[in-house]
Amino acid sequence: MKMLEDESKKEKKKDYATATFKTSRLINGHSIENAAAGVLDLKISHRFGMVNKGAYEFFGLDQATMRLGLDYGISNRLMIGVGHSTFQKQYDAFGKFKILRQSKGGRWSSPISISAVSTVMLNTLKWEDPTRKNFYTSRLAFAHQLIIARKFSEGLSLQLMPSMVHYNIVSEVTIPNDIFALGIGGRIKLSKRLSFNAEYYHVLPISIVAGEGYMLPGTKNSLAVGFDIETGGHVFQLHFTNSTGMTEKTFITETTGDFFKGDIHFGFNVSRVFTIKDKRKKK
Amino acid sequence: MKKLFIVTVLISAAAFATAQSIVMTKTGKISFYSRSKVEKVEADNNEVSSILNTQSGDLVFAVLLKSFHFERALMEEHFNENYVESDKFPKSTFKGKVTNLATVNFTKDGAYPITVDGELTIHGVTKKVTSNGSITVKAGKIAAFSKFSIKLKDYNITIPALVGDKISEDIDLTVDCKYEPKS
Repeated sequence: MKMLEDESKKEKKKDYATATFKTSRLINGHSIENAAAGVLDLKISHRFGMVNKGAYEFFGLDQATMRLGLDYGISNRLMIGVGHSTFQKQYDAFGKFKILRQSKGGRWSSPISISAVSTVMLNTLKWEDPTRKNFYTSRLAFAHQLIIARKFSEGLSLQLMPSMVHYNIVSEVTIPNDIFALGIGGRIKLSKRLSFNAEYYHVLPISIVAGEGYMLPGTKNSLAVGFDIETGGHVFQLHFTNSTGMTEKTFITETTGDFFKGDIHFGFNVSRVFTIKDKRKKK
Repeated sequence: MKKLFIVTVLISAAAFATAQSIVMTKTGKISFYSRSKVEKVEADNNEVSSILNTQSGDLVFAVLLKSFHFERALMEEHFNENYVESDKFPKSTFKGKVTNLATVNFTKDGAYPITVDGELTIHGVTKKVTSNGSITVKAGKIAAFSKFSIKLKDYNITIPALVGDKISEDIDLTVDCKYEPKS
């Protein structure tokens, strides 16, 4: 046995951190995880109305917005996805790439993982003012995010998400086209199949236009807390958030609810994975 | 001087003989199967390290659990995360002895049935196991094969009731190693 240990010490295998989070979304936004190569991930997400609307609206459950999404892992590093939201009748598409993976052993190791996500969002609501000349490009907004994550231990993972949202068009000259935000999120595992997650995006006072606000008028920072419950091929995410939308531009920059005044939406994401391609190479 | 020479020759001959009697592999195969009514779970590991001492019969295996690959990525994640907890227990080992080594003729081609006694460590739990298998000698090359089954319960691996009908309590293991002389 000693001989075997000596042999294996000579060529220590690189060991990548796996399962930093249970699924590719933390709550509203992306986590460091990707769908594995050849895996299709169907995402069904709902946000109900605000709980402080009282019994008449059945504490928000009478209203709902949803997003239907499909993600696919092209390789173990690259994932793409598309989705449609009822909120603003949006279509969205994204690409997500793992730049660096947390690892130990091997020739060099990395204490963190880094991924980049770029999302394009298309609002297809009817034009606000059909009398003026409207351009198709005015419907587009973009979001670029870096995700820097570390799995500190089996039970604790944290990530930082520097983000930038770009609007091709905004309604006032005092509103910036580019909005910068820093997100922070993490999870604490409560048991093998249950974890507590939190996610917060803070809009940064970077692009101040004409001395005015750096946020969209009347908006708040996005906060979400929830649980991930894993059962075989499904991950259920149940959460409370002040954001209505489920795309980057809508939750980072267009959140109107005040979490601490009870403008909270109950919501859930259901993720179901389908293996399209066998992971193992055919013999 | 002459004496010293003879001693040196004897020592090096002895060293040569021991070196010859130890064969090893780093690309051995271990597969496991769990057949339940609902789902078939199988995984392969092609990076098994093993050493066999053909003189003493000592046989050892070391397996990195993260090197088991499954048909579905999610199965692999659950295997590592929830069942064998490979961050806590990265390696499984077996340390044992071929008990009927005398019946194996390593210099003659053929298949020889063997019995192996030893200690198997999975998920931090060590259990005594006895399994039957065979050693095949062909053109001087030694290969070992064995098939046996273990109970998850014995190694403190619990299957939640929710997926109880998808994962069998008995796991069949297949070991297939082709040895090379240790250089």
